[in-house]
Amino acid sequence: MSSQVQTADGEAPQFYELVPHHHAPHGSTQIGFWIYLMSDCLIFASLFAIYGVLGGNYAAGPSPQHLFDLKLVAMSTAALLLSSITYGFAMLDMEEGKQKGTIIWLIITGLLGAVFMGFTLYEFNHLIHEGAVPQRSAFLSAFFVLVGTHALHVAFGILWLVILLVQIGMKGLIPANKIRVQCLSMFWHFLDVIWIGVFTVVYLMGMLR
Amino acid sequence: MSNEFWSIIFGRLTWDVLPYDPIVIVTFVVVAIGGVGVVGALTYFKLWGYLWKEWFTSVDHKKIGIMYMVLGLVMLLRGFADALMMRLQQAIAFNGSEGYLNAHHYDQLFSVHGVIMIFFVAMPLITGFMNYIIPLQIGARDVSFPFLNNFSFWMTAGGAVLVMMSLFVGEFAQTGWLAFPPLSGIEHSPASGVDYYIWALQVAGVGTTLSGVNLIATIIKMRAPGMTLMKMPVFTWTSLCTNILIVASFPILTAVLTLLALDRYVGTNFFTSDFGGNPMMYVNLIWIWGHPEVYILILPMFGIFSEVASTFSGKRLFGYTSMVYATVVITVLSYLVWLHHFFTMGSGASVNSFFGITTMIISIPTGAKIFNWLFTMYKGRIRFELPMMWLIAFMLTFTIGGMTGVLLAVPPADFVLHNSLFLVAHFHNVIIGGVLFGIFAGINYWWPKAFGYKLNVFWGKISFWLWNVGFWLAFGPLYVLGLMGVTRRLRTFDDPSLQIWFIIAGIGALVIAGGIAAMVIQFVVSILGKNKEWDTTGDPWNGRTLEWATSSPPPQYNFAFTPVIHDNDAWADMKSRHAQRPTQNFLEIHMPRNTGTGVVIAALSTVLAFALIWYMWWLAILSFVAIIGAAIIHTFNYDRDYYIPAEAVTQVEDERTQILGGAR
Repeated sequence: MSSQVQTADGEAPQFYELVPHHHAPHGSTQIGFWIYLMSDCLIFASLFAIYGVLGGNYAAGPSPQHLFDLKLVAMSTAALLLSSITYGFAMLDMEEGKQKGTIIWLIITGLLGAVFMGFTLYEFNHLIHEGAVPQRSAFLSAFFVLVGTHALHVAFGILWLVILLVQIGMKGLIPANKIRVQCLSMFWHFLDVIWIGVFTVVYLMGMLR
Repeated sequence: MSNEFWSIIFGRLTWDVLPYDPIVIVTFVVVAIGGVGVVGALTYFKLWGYLWKEWFTSVDHKKIGIMYMVLGLVMLLRGFADALMMRLQQAIAFNGSEGYLNAHHYDQLFSVHGVIMIFFVAMPLITGFMNYIIPLQIGARDVSFPFLNNFSFWMTAGGAVLVMMSLFVGEFAQTGWLAFPPLSGIEHSPASGVDYYIWALQVAGVGTTLSGVNLIATIIKMRAPGMTLMKMPVFTWTSLCTNILIVASFPILTAVLTLLALDRYVGTNFFTSDFGGNPMMYVNLIWIWGHPEVYILILPMFGIFSEVASTFSGKRLFGYTSMVYATVVITVLSYLVWLHHFFTMGSGASVNSFFGITTMIISIPTGAKIFNWLFTMYKGRIRFELPMMWLIAFMLTFTIGGMTGVLLAVPPADFVLHNSLFLVAHFHNVIIGGVLFGIFAGINYWWPKAFGYKLNVFWGKISFWLWNVGFWLAFGPLYVLGLMGVTRRLRTFDDPSLQIWFIIAGIGALVIAGGIAAMVIQFVVSILGKNKEWDTTGDPWNGRTLEWATSSPPPQYNFAFTPVIHDNDAWADMKSRHAQRPTQNFLEIHMPRNTGTGVVIAALSTVLAFALIWYMWWLAILSFVAIIGAAIIHTFNYDRDYYIPAEAVTQVEDERTQILGGAR
């Protein structure tokens, strides 16, 4: 049984794959998730562009120097950046098949994410009480939406992480769960990168403005 | 019960929002009767179970592709009805006559016409083609993420449902199809219209973005062995570029519409005229999405025309490599021209020249493509089948549309022609002459692949001529009027000397209506006719790419054995070297399982959008939580695939072997 054909010049090309080649399970998932992340990145790019254009329009309202507390931001930044490292430890343990270690590091990552969320909510609450509400000026609208969108992503990341922990508890580190941990890892590091942009453009450059 | 109680339940949805316009009431009655008829028939013939199991929950890219096409064609009828109404209004609103449409209704018409034609006609139709054809052309069994594919379709359908709903419950935007602030802000558009616009596009936009992600991953990861990037069929190449454009532009639309929604709902100041807001920021951002969008629409059509040109000339495509590079160059350049939509913003001479020049540069790769098709035809054995006729009509029409486009790209000329009927004629010239003609070529070309028989040629030719004549009758006058300085979106006119042009344009629209009717007849006659031109070989046109290597319609798994590619016209190569289709030793095939989650989440998203439009906050929260819940439940389902047993494959393939044996 062969589908091979003798052609005039003697070559025998194969036109059908009679023995199927091996497909890695979830072979497209990582690149698919990457592409999704790039689309998400463009949402942030738009929000950064908005902030870049409208960020100086205080409308006689408060400016960054009045509002931002860099110490607070430094702490929340530290929490978020640290959570990227702990996620990396979770990935290392997962590669070695250590389910318990993976779960512990993921929990620590989630807690650090929650700390970051706590700082952000505190900051928002503080600003709103000072009267620096999103409606006050285009600068504040752009600020709240840029930082808020990032925080929303972190919140979803934490929700995803909790569900993933339940699923690892139920099924163990099966390939389907491993690929999810890898995707969440990309998501989590991506949010870190975005935060570095927010930290620089909004807070540091805001104080210099 | 107090009013306050009801307003908590129904938000601002009251009896007053139902339109009292007699035209809308009659439309509603007709639609309601038709809807009841369809639902009744489906129930009577017990088709709901079949539809749900075999179609709505299907993850088969072929079925999803067909559902996209059906959605697009149905919405084409709606969008075209709007066009006819506008043409009639403009043809009679002279000499003090107000016409038959009031401003409230007319302004919704031109807005909804644009929105429907772009988002719910052109987009579903091209996505339908890409869904159906790409996996077949690259020798794959499905797309990378079959569930996501089903979900994307239903999100698009959900957006369409919202737009249709706005006709009978509340109103649609009266702002033009891009809803520029401050007109679209809460101050000037307080009613539900702009909210329908925002949420319909958001729901559909999620579907489009995810479908783009899916198809890029499919093309990158699932090509058959031997198919290097430069051996991909041109349609797959143009689709790859289109999907990259989708993923790289729709998020901007999502972002900008979200900000507009925040301005309207929360009172932020992104695009307001006070407190530091900047309406021109909206215009810039939406055109950074909007200009790539027109290339999203036209690139796959270039792909279809390339396939048609080489198949019906019986030759390899001329200049494959230049075609690919031209496509990529257009993809990149499409991001560098957005400002030509508003030269009149007043960015200054240097900025306007930059964008004028980049715009003109795009005509170079596009021109290269036209020459490639011409050289493909040169010394070819041309068969004037319907797809080939559409190709020639496209080249004539689109080239003229392209030239008026280059004219508009000159900033000083644009200052005269901005927002005139000349512009309207130009973009209809390229969108009808390019995108729609491409869709018609594609439908006539691939119909036998999808259904196993060719479309009726007689009615196809009638439709072809009516469309072509009607197009020039309808839009030729608009060029003339535009040069005379008539602006777009006008409801009534003072100068009686203009009327004759609008009457001619109206007649043109009626001729196009005849073209659409002929096309519907063509479908009906072909589907119901007894003397069908059956395609038993799977290759009715003597095609050159892999979709013709399998049966018509293809089996669920597309290819029993994955083809191995040696040439960029893979199937032509296989035929010329007498490749033998394997007829035994079939193996079991791994396939994704159907799921209803996509329908459920899309339906909940539509409810969420409806709740947001009408300020029913409790329902919005409820449906949002339900969406998250449904998504989470879906992730707990690990049983997503199954195997088609080897015996079932053998049975299907044996039948094909017999048919092929009989046919030859």
